[in-house]
Amino acid sequence: MLRGERGEPVRRALELQLEVGKFYGARRFVPVTNVHMMGDIEVMGDSGLDHLCRLAQAGARCDVPITTNARCFDFAYVDRLGQDAGEAAKERQLIGYLRQMNVVTTDTCINYQTVYQPHFGERLAWGDTGTVIWANSVCGARSNFESGPSAMAAAMTGRVPEYGFHLDRHRRGTFVVEVTAELKDYAEWGAMAKLVGESHQSYFAVPVFTGVKRAPTADELKHLGAALASYGSMAMYHMAGVTPEAPTVRAALGGRKPKGRMRITRADIERVFAGYGNPDGSCNFVVFSGPQQSLLEMRRLADLFDGRRVHPGTTVMVTTANGVLSAARALGYAQKLETAGVTILEGVCVYILQNLTRMRAANGWTNMISNSAKIVNTITAHKFNTILRRTHECVEIACTGVFR
Amino acid sequence: MRRDRVHRRIPVSAASVTIRVNRAFGPVVEGEAVVSDEGFSPRYDLDRWSGVITKRGHNLEGVNIRDKVLFFPTAKGGIAAGWAFFDIKAKGIAPKALVFGVTNPVMVQGAVFANLTITEGWSREPRECIRSGDIVRVDPAAKTIRLVTRASRDEG
Repeated sequence: MLRGERGEPVRRALELQLEVGKFYGARRFVPVTNVHMMGDIEVMGDSGLDHLCRLAQAGARCDVPITTNARCFDFAYVDRLGQDAGEAAKERQLIGYLRQMNVVTTDTCINYQTVYQPHFGERLAWGDTGTVIWANSVCGARSNFESGPSAMAAAMTGRVPEYGFHLDRHRRGTFVVEVTAELKDYAEWGAMAKLVGESHQSYFAVPVFTGVKRAPTADELKHLGAALASYGSMAMYHMAGVTPEAPTVRAALGGRKPKGRMRITRADIERVFAGYGNPDGSCNFVVFSGPQQSLLEMRRLADLFDGRRVHPGTTVMVTTANGVLSAARALGYAQKLETAGVTILEGVCVYILQNLTRMRAANGWTNMISNSAKIVNTITAHKFNTILRRTHECVEIACTGVFR
Repeated sequence: MRRDRVHRRIPVSAASVTIRVNRAFGPVVEGEAVVSDEGFSPRYDLDRWSGVITKRGHNLEGVNIRDKVLFFPTAKGGIAAGWAFFDIKAKGIAPKALVFGVTNPVMVQGAVFANLTITEGWSREPRECIRSGDIVRVDPAAKTIRLVTRASRDEG
């Protein structure tokens, strides 16, 4: 490949992977069977679009199945959201290049709930971070955080350098989190992840949760993982008796002593919620996004919004994947939400929406209220003040216009 | 030539300040240090059109990262760095180097893709020996960061 017999794009892809492998002292490459990439015009910019154009023109082709993450446009909403038509055109161009290179443009950050369920030990090259922490922790599959160019490289070469979470030694737990609080809402799982992630920020920190009172649902683990990855840059966690590499705390630690222990109590969780200020008292932007909503989350929201109306002047956004939305329509959940005045966006995530900073200013949104601890963290570059609230509290705020 | 000129300005105390790093990639660069107590994500913290750190309450809020040698204890979140460094480099607002205590693969992949100097791990705490405004030289092959010129003392 390095001699270029498979073309210039493959040669350059392998060169990139070799340098990254060298940085981490990888000793070999390992084959991958599935790739998930982030690539949208908001994050790539014109330079990234040019890069894709050159790759496509050079005949680059992804041989390993590769899907795409959430993007920055739902094309049906470009005008209504006041997004830039020129950038939307570039996004369409970008999607065209990706498809030309054999990329399956699924536009979802919940590929693990909608497209592909990796098996134990399977080698992957996935990015967004929420997908990686899911694969490593819940499935026992193996992936590092792979950025867009790096994931595309893996799909072209069919391999990744073996470092980080491909190696047993990095998959063992490094510290123990004893959970005494009973967690009742996605936002509470996210609040716990905020506390654990912020205090142990490191890619190689692997928490081992113990004491969790009941079997968590997939969506609860989704919110936990996405927020751990966001606040802590973490790519893996264990939960004793729940995740496959943690039959016990001891097993999850792999015979090593934990570097630390922490406890999460009900008071700790309450303190997280109490910690969000609302300087101007406004609450006209409520978001259910980051990650996209699963079908069961859609159903829950439909139940909560059923028969109610979003408060005049308030915007509520829900984001989900194409397949989920299709099912939610067939089942009537989407109609209930739309009747209540909720905006359902497909294939996007709110914090990466093109033009979000100007959208915020134009609509007079100073606060963003959400049940997702991840988006409460990630959207802050757009100068939002962010507030985490439980799902039913978010719905209550959305329908009454009263902040509490 | 430039190297000689800079060398003459090194005060005795500065010459001894060298940090060894564990891992490194990229060309040798010299630039103004910006030392942060807080981690970094180009997605969460940075306005990728101006190069200014805009996250409310960030340790470096209001600081422009263009042509700087950035010292961060940790990397935060996000897959986006993979495209973001390439993008800000094309826009002419990239830093000269990213120096991390602990980083994550996305930062490394992104820096390699953009041919931007990046290092991880340090033999001594930068906050104790480098101040924002100092001129430092990052040599990835030698795995060293050296203080070249103290901020005010040497220029003023």
